[in-house]
Amino acid sequence: MGSTQSPPVTFASINPKVLKCEYAVRGEIVSHAQRLQQELQTKPDLHPFDEILYCNIGNPQSLGQQPVTFFREVLALCDHPSILDKSETHALFSSDAIARARQILDLIPGRATGAYSHSQGIKGLRDAIAAGITARDGFPANADDIFLTDGASPAVHMMMQLLIRSEKDGILCPIPQYPLYSASIALHGGSLVPYYLDEAAGWGLEIFQVKKQLEDARSKGIAVRAIVVINPGNPTGQVLAEENQREIVEFCEKEGLVLLADEVYQENIYVENKKFNSFKKIARSMGYGEKDLSLVSCQSVSKGYYGECGKRGGYMEVTGFSADVREQIYKVASVNLCSNISGQILASLVMNPPKVGDESYESFAAEKNGILSSLARRAKALEDAFNGLVGVTCNKAEGAMYLFPRLHLPQKAIEAAKAVNAAPDAFYARRLLDATGIVVVPGSGFGQVPGTWHFRCTILPQEDKIPAIIARLKAFHESFMGEFCD
Amino acid sequence: MTPKPLDYESLNENVKKVAYAVRGELYLRAAELQKEGKKIIFTNVGNPHALGQKPLTFPRQVVALCQAPFLLDDPNVGLLFPADAISRARHYLSMTSGGLGAYSDSRGLPGIRKEVADFIGKRDGYPSDPELIFLTDGASKGVMQILNTIIRDENDGILVPVPQYPLYSATISLYGGSLVPYFLEEEANWGLDFYNIRQSVAAARSRGITVRAMVIINPGNPTGQCLSEANIRELLEFCFQENLVLLADEVYQQNIYQDERPFVSARKILFDMGPPMSKEVQLVSFHTVSKGYWGECGQRGGYFEMTNLPSQTVDEIYKVASISLSPNVPGQIFLGLMVNPPKPGDISYLKFVQESKAVLESLRRRAQIMTDGFNSCRNVVCNFTEGAMYSFPQIRLPPKAIEAARKAGKAPDVFYCLGLLEATGISTVPGSGFGQKEGVLHLRTTILPAEEDMPAIMASFRKFNDEFMEQYENCRGYSRM
Repeated sequence: MGSTQSPPVTFASINPKVLKCEYAVRGEIVSHAQRLQQELQTKPDLHPFDEILYCNIGNPQSLGQQPVTFFREVLALCDHPSILDKSETHALFSSDAIARARQILDLIPGRATGAYSHSQGIKGLRDAIAAGITARDGFPANADDIFLTDGASPAVHMMMQLLIRSEKDGILCPIPQYPLYSASIALHGGSLVPYYLDEAAGWGLEIFQVKKQLEDARSKGIAVRAIVVINPGNPTGQVLAEENQREIVEFCEKEGLVLLADEVYQENIYVENKKFNSFKKIARSMGYGEKDLSLVSCQSVSKGYYGECGKRGGYMEVTGFSADVREQIYKVASVNLCSNISGQILASLVMNPPKVGDESYESFAAEKNGILSSLARRAKALEDAFNGLVGVTCNKAEGAMYLFPRLHLPQKAIEAAKAVNAAPDAFYARRLLDATGIVVVPGSGFGQVPGTWHFRCTILPQEDKIPAIIARLKAFHESFMGEFCD
Repeated sequence: MTPKPLDYESLNENVKKVAYAVRGELYLRAAELQKEGKKIIFTNVGNPHALGQKPLTFPRQVVALCQAPFLLDDPNVGLLFPADAISRARHYLSMTSGGLGAYSDSRGLPGIRKEVADFIGKRDGYPSDPELIFLTDGASKGVMQILNTIIRDENDGILVPVPQYPLYSATISLYGGSLVPYFLEEEANWGLDFYNIRQSVAAARSRGITVRAMVIINPGNPTGQCLSEANIRELLEFCFQENLVLLADEVYQQNIYQDERPFVSARKILFDMGPPMSKEVQLVSFHTVSKGYWGECGQRGGYFEMTNLPSQTVDEIYKVASISLSPNVPGQIFLGLMVNPPKPGDISYLKFVQESKAVLESLRRRAQIMTDGFNSCRNVVCNFTEGAMYSFPQIRLPPKAIEAARKAGKAPDVFYCLGLLEATGISTVPGSGFGQKEGVLHLRTTILPAEEDMPAIMASFRKFNDEFMEQYENCRGYSRM
């Protein structure tokens, strides 16, 4: 005779932290878009557009960006090393890719790419990454400080797990932020302590603002443990000024905070007057060493000019922690055994790409520059387009892959949204999707100053599609504003 | 000195509680010795390729082509790759939107989930729904996701076999739940004892624990036993009566070394039992590309299949999966190839079968060699490895050895395993890492060292063991009482 209770895993009985967390990037609007996409296949005349354009997610290769040839050559050879010794291979692969594959395989015990590696990742690959970091920053990096992970996201989860003991532990997060952070904090039962970026000042970070939020949280009994800084920013795209970075480093040292530096867009910078400086470089150039600052720096193979999202490759570089804490980080990493080997290899390639003089350098440089210059042009074209719309203002995308325009919506629109129980930006985004097939993420998914509305749109559709997208956006927006004008 | 923001003292306590011996003390000591130049035989983890097992050729050809799709257009590609690998690469690439470098659906590529569903349907004789199959970066991530969904706080208990693969104990600690142990009966070939299981559940409930789920590992890890259909039926009935979700870790389903009890999935038995059970018992089944005869641990490919979970719960599980965006695409393709391998008539079929059979037949022989080898050692008793990849011999340490261990500040099985490591280079995992009955000691080793190395390894083990026993059994004796 079975139990009369309801089954053990129901909506009412699952972990409440799971219920609490949200991730708008693949949220409701995307589900709706997928439904529309299916409808398009069976009833192509049903909608006023013939394709769905996913501008919700930083997924470059899904929108036509090509992978870097050299990287893929090396990965293919590492996946199938038995062809390395065949003469025919030279007809299909460049010789420096063959050489790099051999060199990488020599770093892997038994040349076995199908074996679990060391839980931090293959030592030789970590050495290569450390060398890449050192060359980038001019300050030494250590292979033992590097933890290779399945993308940068698992590294973030690991750190939240370590830092958060209860809801009394707070993590300072920028608003707007990439919602991995809010979701991860919710999943691990902590408190998000927001610090607002200043839209009027190009999404700048004001340290006194951060300090105010910190003190406010502490007065409420929250132990603030860390600050997340995303540089270049997501969704906001700003590249921090060095002075800002120095202020943040000093602040962390003074207040005893772990600095969680999300630096996955470090190779996506589109403006001449800014460059990427890692927080490690800034800290070390200020004379702050391991004793002064606890720093976690995250990098990924998903962004940059390589855009290899589906590979799930990335790492965190962890400095300024005591040995017993590092042991705990290692222990947590070891439960999952290791990250995928192909992703580890790719991370080492990203941090050590072809150099001048290498056989593949010219074509590599052409591919890289082609992608980056195109991203810069698309960022500008879309920024100008948004700023050209009445009731929309849009900060420049100095870096990353997104634009985050602000909607100054008429009151009627706001009321119409309320009437259907939707946030105004979600209402706008839904209407945009239904009219044009363009998928964006409502600003509420990232956080924003209350009473302001935004949406995040990627700059990733192929360049030849951009004029048509802009035209459709314009047409929709004018129609929407016309419908709801006061 | 200013306290650091992240001091050991201020770490999440749940993290501190986690123990994962598979890569713990013994492994770290072995790695140190290896750095010093000692030859180490790593038998601490089920990692076939690290011990010389070669990858199957066909999947590597397909994935290499998927990595470098420009090869497909090259007129010379046929010189290096067979035509069926080429067409299979096109098949998988066509399932993606943008190739291997694009995030897929957070549940995994629909095309591959369909292949998994077809595999399950053929295997079990009951249709499977791709919408209820989620691909993950290895089965471990899937286990962690499901346990995170179930565990609300320390009052939620999960029934876990003892001995168990310590992913379960580690994850339960990490998520702040309670592990409710049920002991497998070593004398009955690591069999289930429902009287003991019921007692365990009652004891937990009397402490205020709500027992939510039951983990079953079939074939077992570290114990290797294969469950019979009757066993599985009893388990499902138990879950039905006690209102538990069954978590069926079936990652070793291809590793079967006896013919009396072939693998049968929990799902098949559940549906054989018909309503009401087939419609009500909640079940999550796990599989991977890391084991079997594939051994592709480094790819991190796996899946879980949900049965009888309400759609709202499935939506929540999807939501959490979406935060990590997607499982790695090459790993998904390995999974597709595993469930949909070359067929008779395919160009690569014969080679594929030959390679697969060679691995399985060798594993079967090694399972026997190892079991017999351990049973020939003094004070060592070892159940036969019916399945999976491990041997879990019981080591009966003399009282003097236990005393020596205590003096050295080590658990007795750790003491033994460290001695074994230093003397022979064989790196094992002490039984305490998996759980065992009080006072009954074991170690886990894998059956993965190359077949030609086995006799030497077993001889080396026997030499160490018999000398160890000789040393600690001498007539001066010592009473523990």
